[in-house]
Amino acid sequence: MKDLLQRLTSIPGPSGREDQVRAFIQAELEDYCDELTVDTMGNLIAFKRGGKTKLQFAAHMDEIGVIVTAIDEQGFLRFGKIGGIRPHRLYAQRVRFQNGTVGVIGAEKIDDLKELTLEKLYIDIGATSAAEAKTKVSVGDIAAFDHEFVDLGQRVVAKALDDRVGCAVLIEALKRVSKPQNDLYCTFTVQEEVGLRGAKTAAFGIEPDLGIALDVTGTGDTPEAPKLAMKLGQGAAIKIKDVSLITHPQVKELLSTLAEQNGIPYQFEVLPFGGTDAGAIQLTKAGIPAGVISIPCRYLHSPSEMVDLNDVEAAVRLVVATMEHPVTL
Amino acid sequence: MLLKELSELHGVSSGETAVRHYIRDRIQSRVDRIETDRLGNLIAHRDQGKKGPRVMLSAHMDEVGLMVVGIDASGLLKIKTVGGIEERVLISKRVLVGPRRVPGVICAKPIHLQEEEEGERPVKTTRLFVDIGATDRSDAEKDVKIGDLIAFDVEAGPFGDGLFKGKALDDRVGCAVLMNLLENEYDLPLAYAFTVQEEVGLRGATVAAFGLNPDLALVVEATSAGDVPPLKKHQASTRLGAGPAISFMDRSVIVNPALIQRLAAVAEEAGIPYQFRESTTGGTEAGVINRTRSGIPVAVISVPCRYIHAPVGIISLNDFTQTVKLIDAFLRDIEQRGLPV
Repeated sequence: MKDLLQRLTSIPGPSGREDQVRAFIQAELEDYCDELTVDTMGNLIAFKRGGKTKLQFAAHMDEIGVIVTAIDEQGFLRFGKIGGIRPHRLYAQRVRFQNGTVGVIGAEKIDDLKELTLEKLYIDIGATSAAEAKTKVSVGDIAAFDHEFVDLGQRVVAKALDDRVGCAVLIEALKRVSKPQNDLYCTFTVQEEVGLRGAKTAAFGIEPDLGIALDVTGTGDTPEAPKLAMKLGQGAAIKIKDVSLITHPQVKELLSTLAEQNGIPYQFEVLPFGGTDAGAIQLTKAGIPAGVISIPCRYLHSPSEMVDLNDVEAAVRLVVATMEHPVTL
Repeated sequence: MLLKELSELHGVSSGETAVRHYIRDRIQSRVDRIETDRLGNLIAHRDQGKKGPRVMLSAHMDEVGLMVVGIDASGLLKIKTVGGIEERVLISKRVLVGPRRVPGVICAKPIHLQEEEEGERPVKTTRLFVDIGATDRSDAEKDVKIGDLIAFDVEAGPFGDGLFKGKALDDRVGCAVLMNLLENEYDLPLAYAFTVQEEVGLRGATVAAFGLNPDLALVVEATSAGDVPPLKKHQASTRLGAGPAISFMDRSVIVNPALIQRLAAVAEEAGIPYQFRESTTGGTEAGVINRTRSGIPVAVISVPCRYIHAPVGIISLNDFTQTVKLIDAFLRDIEQRGLPV
């Protein structure tokens, strides 16, 4: 799992530019499903036959990033954000474009940190003129954080664990599942960070009986942290509520019962901010029961997100248990 | 002049009837079928006997404006904004109220009667009124009803060196582009959607796209040109006179890069000037169209416009002409080579 996480998080794939992540997952899953398709929006759907009920699992491939909006005479790049990024998270960070170009984020002179807005930041790719910069980067090019994977033993740190850890859980579950009791639509979605866009169209096409998103969630276990019940290392989190979703009671019941029966460590999750693909899935067509299996994660939307491998393993087991349980709602 | 007539029509969101009638009268001889859907979108089909990818072109008929939400005892009209208008641009403007186009003026406290700090802050719409010259409430009620829409009273026309000024260029210029394209013959099944209620949340396009379910959509818009002080060069987004602006991303959509590359290649081959919209803010109908059903590829092509969402905007007539040419060349390219996505 560590190796899979390291390889997945090292790929740049901000919203709208998930192609390299998709190619990696396609190669991983070729031998583990009945059909692999890519839809109009770019969602990858791995289908595995198993039973009457249609289960959609969704993990998003995209990560937060930046997009070049203008190149000035000196060759500095101005940019907009992709997804929820605060300016102070960006300042002095390195970013990597899809063609491998690396830049550092600098700021105009400011006297007070409160003045640190996106408009005051720029990317320096070492070019000395606009012409030189344009040989490496064009307006509209997209870059992701450039930060290496760190193995801390039981815990790992990387950029884009939101939501490559969800992708890793789904890949691993598909590899492990031996007797699926439902038709499985394992969806690796695009553009979650900019508004749950891929999941919306994927769910319309699949029209599942049940949707389960696999995503990260915040924790309350660090110094002076926000008051959240979730802790690293306490197991997979079964979502009760976030901004986009109130989990269907039967889905919460199903997941917690399966966790109990299989001795899988789990915790309940109430998140007062953020949303997941499950929010988009539940509002598809005439409505679809939906829930989320979350992996607790510290330092969300930063270049150094942290997860605990115990939680990742618990999430994989819970997903496999759901796949192998004949679901009726 | 088409642009002048379109600009001077009233079509504040939900009150697009005059614009719809105007457009329908001028295009119905050029279409195979024309319909008004339940939200009020005007949809013209040019698809009879045509094979190939179904393309939807969309431009919104509505404009930002105001609504009468109350009439006070003295006969002044209480107002609310419809769509994104900054209070700062409202004071002292001439307006026309309701279907009978009753002339009015947005009240402003004269400088002599202002407290010192009042001059430093924009006045909230809750403290702005429209004065239609009524003597009291019952006098005002003869001409105006609560719920009436209010549009700016602006004469449109060309000026300067190839420029054009007027209200509602966002997005009557897009409507004009579509009407121009309807003059041409394409070997593709096309649907021209003139949509309602874009300015209050992309509402018309949401249902139009669901109904049409095209293989590709092109949104034709007016977009802000910030090529004026105090904005710095990199904040301009688009520049007047530099040609149609191609969007790569805004708040509502990330455009497929293959689509952008094809548009740029088509422009270069045809010698049509173009620019990229160097900003990621703002939203367009592309957002809702993109997420319709199982997903619809969509591009946005805009005519740059200074002072957008204010009573008077300015566009370059050449940008307008080049926008028509770019979309024409793009549709010809799809005829030949099919869809890029």
